[in-house]
Amino acid sequence: MSTLEIRDLHAAVTEADGTLREILRGVNLTVADGETHAIMGPNGSGKSTLAYAVAGHPKYTVTQGSVTLDGEDVLSMTVDARARAGLFLAMQYPVEVPGVSVSNFLRTAVTAVRGEAPKLRVFMKEMRGALGDLSIDPKFAERSLNEGFSGGEKKRHEILQMEMLDPKIAVLDETDSGLDVDALKVVAEGINRFRARPGHGVLLITHYNRILQYVQPDYVHVFVAGRIVEEGGPELAKTLEDEGYEKFTAAAGAKAAS
Amino acid sequence: MSAVSGAVETAPITSLHALRSADPGDFAVPTGREEEWRFTPLRRLRGLHSDAPLGQAGVRVDIDAAPEIDYAERIIAPADPPGFLPEDRVSARAYAAAGTAHVLTVPKEAVASRPTIIRVTGVSDEATAGHLVIDVRPFGKAVVVLDQRGSATYADNVEIGVGDGGELTLVSVAEWDDDAVQVSHHQATLGRDAKLKHFQITLGGSLVRVSPSVRYSGTGGDAELYGICFADGGQHLEHRLFVDHDTPNCRSRVVYKGALDGDDAHTVWIGDVLIRPDAVGTDTYEYNRNLVLTDGARADSVPNLEILTGEVVGAGHASANGRLDDEHLFYLMARGIGFEEARRLVIRGFFGELIGKIGVPEVADRVTEKIEAELA
Ligand SMILES: Nc1ncnc2c1ncn2[C@@H]1O[C@H](COP(=O)(O)OP(=O)(O)OP(=O)(O)O)[C@@H](O)[C@H]1O
Ligand SMILES: [Mg+2]
Repeated sequence: MSTLEIRDLHAAVTEADGTLREILRGVNLTVADGETHAIMGPNGSGKSTLAYAVAGHPKYTVTQGSVTLDGEDVLSMTVDARARAGLFLAMQYPVEVPGVSVSNFLRTAVTAVRGEAPKLRVFMKEMRGALGDLSIDPKFAERSLNEGFSGGEKKRHEILQMEMLDPKIAVLDETDSGLDVDALKVVAEGINRFRARPGHGVLLITHYNRILQYVQPDYVHVFVAGRIVEEGGPELAKTLEDEGYEKFTAAAGAKAAS
Repeated sequence: MSAVSGAVETAPITSLHALRSADPGDFAVPTGREEEWRFTPLRRLRGLHSDAPLGQAGVRVDIDAAPEIDYAERIIAPADPPGFLPEDRVSARAYAAAGTAHVLTVPKEAVASRPTIIRVTGVSDEATAGHLVIDVRPFGKAVVVLDQRGSATYADNVEIGVGDGGELTLVSVAEWDDDAVQVSHHQATLGRDAKLKHFQITLGGSLVRVSPSVRYSGTGGDAELYGICFADGGQHLEHRLFVDHDTPNCRSRVVYKGALDGDDAHTVWIGDVLIRPDAVGTDTYEYNRNLVLTDGARADSVPNLEILTGEVVGAGHASANGRLDDEHLFYLMARGIGFEEARRLVIRGFFGELIGKIGVPEVADRVTEKIEAELA
């Protein structure tokens, strides 16, 4: 059993001039294994901030609340310890790291997360299998991490890492954006393989119902102005796509004004 | 004190590199106020720049030459091609005191079957002068590794000639002991369509100052000058590049990367590129980037491009000093990789692009190992 619990989470971003600006205003969310949660919300509502705050990005400061994984305090862990504890973040904009090859990076990460180095031959086989599953050209293994990858290639590569690192809870931040239909299916299959195995939970951040047709969520949360304002089942995603967020943003605005 | 500094060269390059002479008396003893000397801590030079007697016993030179390459020792003869003419007092003093030169000749059209290794080992603290000649005759091709270690006070000149259509890769590695002092000048002359790939990898020594320069004697010459340096606490590592484009249609690329780690680690990079009026069709680009890993380290970086012709193919420069990128570290750490290891990966990646250009796996592997050792 694995559970990620986010309680009353407030977080602020450090802006370029060094000042803090509060973005998350009391997020409550529980993701247990076997569950898939979707978060949908307008641009700038703080979805990525939530993902980064949970992963421990240094630009984001938690000012209140708690995050636990199976009861362990995540917020007191270093970024790498969070990953080793079983959290994974597929980033909206994966970072290019010049001169670090994909295969070297993957092997180092797999070694860190599993606590021992896999045999080179076993690792190579596993990596080739994972590349094949996501229809990624094996030549990518020798390229610099994310450097010169197209948007879609970067996203597939994030899912590849998720499958190899095998976290308990994966947070996928707009992994569907920038994908054409074929790539979307490949990525969705990867997510479905991951969540079909026992002990895995998914928190999927998206703007579109499109990916949810391939990856059926159990719960849909509407995220507006730094918090969850509505929850429902998969049908909510459809309503959001048809009707937009106006109803919720207007309500949030009214609430803020009152 | 913090780390990043962009100085501005105050004199035009033409005047900075105007004086060349074999007579040490033609160069005044530097005071430290000269443009060419203002970054160098003269007190730590042990008199190399003033009047300390220079002998020949402080270093041992061992040559392991590829079978196609001729090796000889000979009395320095200024008139011989490819010709060396000192451009500062240390170089002129070394030239006058070295006596004999170690000469490697790649015969016409000969292609060396393996890298040639020149081992320079510092064996005593006697201030010593050295002279090395690498003469690649037309269409010859070779890889030479200059491997410098031990403890020494060393002023040396390296005279490089690449004849028409020749190709030379020279990998100079300064891996001196912590107390070593070296002032070194590499002067290269490229013939028509000749290619030089020059690497300066500076890791060890108390004070190392290397000045590689390139001139062209025929059109179509192509010089790539790459540098890697890693300065620990207290080290002063200085690289002064000069590319003198005086011949049409030649190309030059200068890419130097440095990392600084520790209190009072200091690196200096000067990139002088001069495109003279006759050098139409020149294509040049120079780039210097430094990773300042700790407070109290300082990287000075001065690109300087002077263009005296209106017709160039390309001429550019860039220089940047910075810290390790937090986004790089975060991405790696978010995959479970610990801080120290993430940092090593990023630094290794930073230098990896240049190491990849060496193109000789056995040499590249050794350089990688040396950098690993610096990172450990
Ligand atoms: N690193 C940062 N520096 C400055 N402001 C930031 C930073 N990260 C986020 N913000 C600000 O915080 C707010 C929330 O941004 P966030 O990226 O979390 O939104 P989002 O819901 O993920 O939006 P999108 O749908 O466009 O991805 C925005 O106003 C954004 O400008
Ligand atoms: Mg976002």
